Amino acid sequence: MTLALIALTPFLGALLPALMIRTGRNACAVTAGGVTLFALILLLVEAPAVWRGEVLLQRVDWMPGLGLNATFMLDGLGLFFAGLILGIGLLVILYARFYLDRDDPMGRFYSYLLLFQGAMVGIVLSDNVLMLLIFWELTSLSSFLLIGYWRHAPEGRQGARMALAVTGMGGLAMIGGMLILGDIAGSYDLSVILTKGEAIQASPLYLPALLLILLGCFTKSAQFPFHFWLPHAMAAPTPVSAYLHSATMVKAGIFLMARLWPALSGTPEWFYIVSTTGLVTMVIAAVIALFKDDLKALLAFSTVSHLGLITMLLGFGTPMAATAAVFHILNHATFKAALFMSAGIVDHAAHTRDIRRLGGLRRLMPATFWVATIAALSMAGAPLLNGFLSKEMMLEEAVHTPWLGLGWPIPLLATVGALFSAAYSFRLIGHVFLGPQRDDYPAAPHDPGPGLLAAPALLVAGVVAIGLAPAMVAGGLVNLVADAVTGGAAEPVKLKIWHGLTLALAMSAVALVGGYLLLARYADAVARWRRAGVFAAKPVFDALIALLAALAERGTSALHAGTLPRALGALCVALLAMGFAGWGEGALAGSRETLTPPLIALAPWALLIGTCLAAARMHHDRLMMVLLTSVVGLVVSLGFVYLSAPDLALTQISVEVVTTVLMLLALNFLPKDSPDETGPMLRTAQAGLALVAGLGAAALSYAVMTRDGPTISEFHVAQSYPGGGGTNVVNVILVDFRGFDTFGEIIVLAIAALGIYALLDGALRGPSLGRVISWVPDQERSKDRHPMMLVVATRFLLPVSLVVGLFILLRGHNQPGGGFIAGLVVAIALVMQYVASGYAWTAQRRPMDHHGMIGLGVLVAGLTGAGAWLADRPFLTSAYGYVTLPPLEKFELATAMAFDLGVFLTVVGAVLLALENLSRVARFAEQPGPDEPMDVDPSAEPRTAQEKG
Amino acid sequence: MNHWIIAPIVLPALVAPLIVLALRYDLLLQRVASLAACAGLLGLAVGLIAMAGEGPPQAYLLGDWPAPFGIVLVLDRLSAMMVLLTALLGLGVAGYAAGSGWDTRGRHFHALLQFQLMGLCGAFLTGDLFNLFVFFEVLLIASYGLMLHGGGAARLKAGVHYIVANLAGSTLFLFAVGAIYAATGTLNMADLAVKAGSATAENADLLRVGGLLLLAVFALKAALVPLHFWLPTAYAAAPAPSAALFAVMTKVGAYSVLRVYTLIFGAEAGSSAWLAADWLIPAALVTLAVGAVGVLGARRLGALVCFSVVASMGTVMAGVGLFTERSAAAAMFYMAHSTLAAAALFLIVELVSERRTRGDRIAPAPQMRHGELVGGFFMVAAIAMAGLPPLGGFLGKLMVLDAARADPAVWWIWAVVLTGSLVMVVGFARAGSVLFWRVEGEPAEGLSKPANAPLWATGAALAALAALTVWAGPVTGYMEAAAAQLHAPQDYVDAVLGAQTVAARALP
Repeated sequence: MTLALIALTPFLGALLPALMIRTGRNACAVTAGGVTLFALILLLVEAPAVWRGEVLLQRVDWMPGLGLNATFMLDGLGLFFAGLILGIGLLVILYARFYLDRDDPMGRFYSYLLLFQGAMVGIVLSDNVLMLLIFWELTSLSSFLLIGYWRHAPEGRQGARMALAVTGMGGLAMIGGMLILGDIAGSYDLSVILTKGEAIQASPLYLPALLLILLGCFTKSAQFPFHFWLPHAMAAPTPVSAYLHSATMVKAGIFLMARLWPALSGTPEWFYIVSTTGLVTMVIAAVIALFKDDLKALLAFSTVSHLGLITMLLGFGTPMAATAAVFHILNHATFKAALFMSAGIVDHAAHTRDIRRLGGLRRLMPATFWVATIAALSMAGAPLLNGFLSKEMMLEEAVHTPWLGLGWPIPLLATVGALFSAAYSFRLIGHVFLGPQRDDYPAAPHDPGPGLLAAPALLVAGVVAIGLAPAMVAGGLVNLVADAVTGGAAEPVKLKIWHGLTLALAMSAVALVGGYLLLARYADAVARWRRAGVFAAKPVFDALIALLAALAERGTSALHAGTLPRALGALCVALLAMGFAGWGEGALAGSRETLTPPLIALAPWALLIGTCLAAARMHHDRLMMVLLTSVVGLVVSLGFVYLSAPDLALTQISVEVVTTVLMLLALNFLPKDSPDETGPMLRTAQAGLALVAGLGAAALSYAVMTRDGPTISEFHVAQSYPGGGGTNVVNVILVDFRGFDTFGEIIVLAIAALGIYALLDGALRGPSLGRVISWVPDQERSKDRHPMMLVVATRFLLPVSLVVGLFILLRGHNQPGGGFIAGLVVAIALVMQYVASGYAWTAQRRPMDHHGMIGLGVLVAGLTGAGAWLADRPFLTSAYGYVTLPPLEKFELATAMAFDLGVFLTVVGAVLLALENLSRVARFAEQPGPDEPMDVDPSAEPRTAQEKG
Repeated sequence: MNHWIIAPIVLPALVAPLIVLALRYDLLLQRVASLAACAGLLGLAVGLIAMAGEGPPQAYLLGDWPAPFGIVLVLDRLSAMMVLLTALLGLGVAGYAAGSGWDTRGRHFHALLQFQLMGLCGAFLTGDLFNLFVFFEVLLIASYGLMLHGGGAARLKAGVHYIVANLAGSTLFLFAVGAIYAATGTLNMADLAVKAGSATAENADLLRVGGLLLLAVFALKAALVPLHFWLPTAYAAAPAPSAALFAVMTKVGAYSVLRVYTLIFGAEAGSSAWLAADWLIPAALVTLAVGAVGVLGARRLGALVCFSVVASMGTVMAGVGLFTERSAAAAMFYMAHSTLAAAALFLIVELVSERRTRGDRIAPAPQMRHGELVGGFFMVAAIAMAGLPPLGGFLGKLMVLDAARADPAVWWIWAVVLTGSLVMVVGFARAGSVLFWRVEGEPAEGLSKPANAPLWATGAALAALAALTVWAGPVTGYMEAAAAQLHAPQDYVDAVLGAQTVAARALP
């Protein structure tokens, strides 16, 4: 499990610094360092085996179905990178301890840093490309957090977002690339993919896969034209720049190109895309770097340039170039990290990174001077330092690599790049440390303590050591890694300082001398550069994102404005489209024999159509709409009567009564007419759409009604009495065959009533209560609030209605009726009491709270259903029997009756709760007046709006 | 007869009226009952997962009537999984509502919550098309109540839109069921699966139209463009715990499509075979695009989260619409993941808006209390929702992309899913860096000290996301088996139509 543990250690350890910061900054840094060291030791334990040429593999199944497994591999390349990441990580942790201010939240810093470290180690140790993708995106995310570490700084936030957007884009493209690659190779495991190079390159999907993967690599490694995010990532604290944005994360793209080198390289596509991109990046970034005044920006563009160099070498596709690339990765990591740390030291000491405000620091900061100068000379490619060696190898390769058949472009441009590289390196030394001492530094520069200097000094020691004794210090490692990169194709090279008088040496000399001369005429060069007017990427990127966001906002709000008519319109259009598309070729009319409508049926039909037309015409008048809607309901109940469905007719008519009463009560508080919602054009369009949708609904109904076939209801008719114990099929369906539906529907009713209560109760609390109280009735109130005739009539009718209700409830199983209708009938009788005698009078006399009635109803119905479990029957299984109870005749008792009782209670409770709440609002809204029945007071003046207001 | 199958419906259906009847004056007892019921539901759901994993689907004949004449419930891996998801969310929401005091801001929260859970479980368990309609109604009306909980003009206004759009959907459901019944004479889904294949030419047209209308209903529930208009306003206005629960509501639509269009309109349905396939992929991709663009353009965190939910439905439905075993498993995984992610995000909206002087507006404001922690939560939830590694959103997307490989629309799907992710990443990063990093002005005095319970609830949701990621292997293994079950409809049909009643009934 060691390999997995190496990758996992930083992740688990990331928790510790955030906790240890409570004991102090040293403890925090030591923990972070300890975690890194532990991982490094684990790595070194495995190293000897790799050194012997073994490839270590470990596999933990994660999502085998997808082919995504936690498979880890350690070979030379992985060892090299992991060592680099953990080793430099250790130095950066040391450096950061002394770099960060007392005010900076250090725990968070180290936690993020360790998260990043884990992700990075994960990338280089992954054997599974899908898991590699996961770690890949994690580096983007942790880099986002680290760049934005100083949250108060806008550059930090913007730089973080830009880095995330660019590298995130690359990462997403790479997902596509890896999926294709895995598909071609038949596995997502690198150990398999790397052996399938020929199959991959022969596949028609090679090019798309290559492009998508390279997009990921290029964005991550800041290759042109995606290089622009990296300089803005320098808003991060310097340790982060040294670690992520020079030594490790930006090398992830390069790592991946090296990793996939055996599978992808060697084709013309690879050569032209990769090496050209690298070459262009190298030259352009080197030129830009020369003219940057911010020390970190200079280093950032130089990093881009060197990454371009390495990319180009990998693009050449030859084993020797790959070896050079590996060597330069090592060298660049050492000198560039040292340079970033030195820049941080200068920034710390002088409180500025602006080269124009620096100079002459040599005597003030001698130790820093030496560290930075050696590193910069190595970067320039000066002999006896490691940068020289790998640059020589690069130039050597460039010399014999033709481009489109031409021999000169690559060597020429490579020399130009090297020249500019030398120039900016010299500028760093010359304009920061050399020259006359100044007296206007923002702060007094001084060498830092050993804590800050230790890390860069160690790195520089490495720079010199490799430079002086390359074969001894780095030779074995470079060969081992190159072997892993090329899949064994690389010849072992002997790294040496002196290769004899070669063309490469001449080019190197030209670059160094040219660089020096260029710097000597720097003022001239700057003037020319200014005149050329360079294209800055950040404003463009920012403007692009801002534009996209603005367009997104504009588009979204335009699409979602005034949504209700639009939503219904969209629904209608979608339905029509689907309906027409679904129908096919067949005729609309089915084969069922049609009936001739008798004359009497035509009258309600005409009434129905007339009502609908009137509703369309008069829809502004809400009162009229309520009435017209109830006419529709009445016609429907007539239809049910005509078609011999008394249960349905009874239900329909009682529902109509109840809803109309409730609607009128609610309408009391609403404006009595509705405004014109839309202009004439839109209204015409909507009317047209409504018409077509209506015709569609009619066509569908016609199609439904002209078809006939066997249905399950034949069973219901046949089984109603023998199976369900009732002769009223409708009721047996409701309480037995499909009692579960009824159970659901009474719950709907219960919820609706509770919802009305909750809604209106809310209206009587808080600010809306004020609105209710100050509400002015817009219609004149009758003086006769409780008409005597009505009071008398309803009180007389109440017991009669209750008996009728009970009768309907009891007989429901066999005759038209049932709990639902009974509930409505009783509810109407009680509603009439409220209407006639007033709220207070009736409320005093109600036997039970309506909430309770609803709860009891649902509970009774539910428990009746559950009672069947006692007999080990499924929920809602009914039982019935016949009882003789003198002096009555023999009668039937069925569990369905208990269920129906539940239905009955729920219906009554729900209707009355709704009514009660509307009345409650009314009692707050209307002025408290006489609220006793038969309280006619003809002498009272009609109350008008003016009086109340 | 395995009575446990109906228990997830009956338990909340009995606890809710009990709360209304006996506990309505005591909030503490309501909380205890509600939380206990949710915990019980979770236990039941785990049990059902175990039962469903044992083998073929199991039918429960309500009222002891033989299928297809009565109503049946059916337990299979998919329905058990959805019930589990519901139960998890329900427990979290009940805890959150009690801990944050949301349940004191209006009436009957716990009763409505229990009814809502009953509706959800019912919709996932039923094997009857009309019964599904009934549960859709329960869901709709209960969610309307929960959405308006706490009152306020904005909520009422958004609520009107929500209820009208969804009532239109309900009406449409009746049309669709009517057409399907006219064409086949049955409502039982298993029976429909049999009858759909043997429909006469005359009835086949009607069946197809019915099936497509039904698809529109489910698409409305799943907030697929252009039927998504109700979602952003409604969910943004809903109270946090309700919105968190609603994260599973859109999945009812996705679940129904997955169920109905593999079982009834699957391979064996003759001229209606794979009826939904042509429509879903384009709609899903447009939905993803609209959602992602909405995320980028949002000015309030609430709106941003709503659009991210729309986008996530696009991804889910892309998986559903491919109608292969692999894609169904992918859709299920993404569905589970995005439900939890959306719930967490809705809770975070609340955490943010009650701690900032400028509410959830994406604009600089003074430092908020717990800013560090809430910001961390947001980052994790955003990673999850945008589908970045390492959380399940990435795995789910990877599964969808992988499943799309064989489809002719593969390039479209890949392009839209990946670009959509990028746009969402940019949108989330913009919002997050402004909300949590761009601190301006002095800390506000006026805000009341927020409760800690919501932090715990959010943490729990994120922990669930992490668990889903870590155990993605076994979870996807279960889902692959569920998808295999879905694509072997004959087992479902046999389980339902072959189910024996307890009592010997004299059948015609």
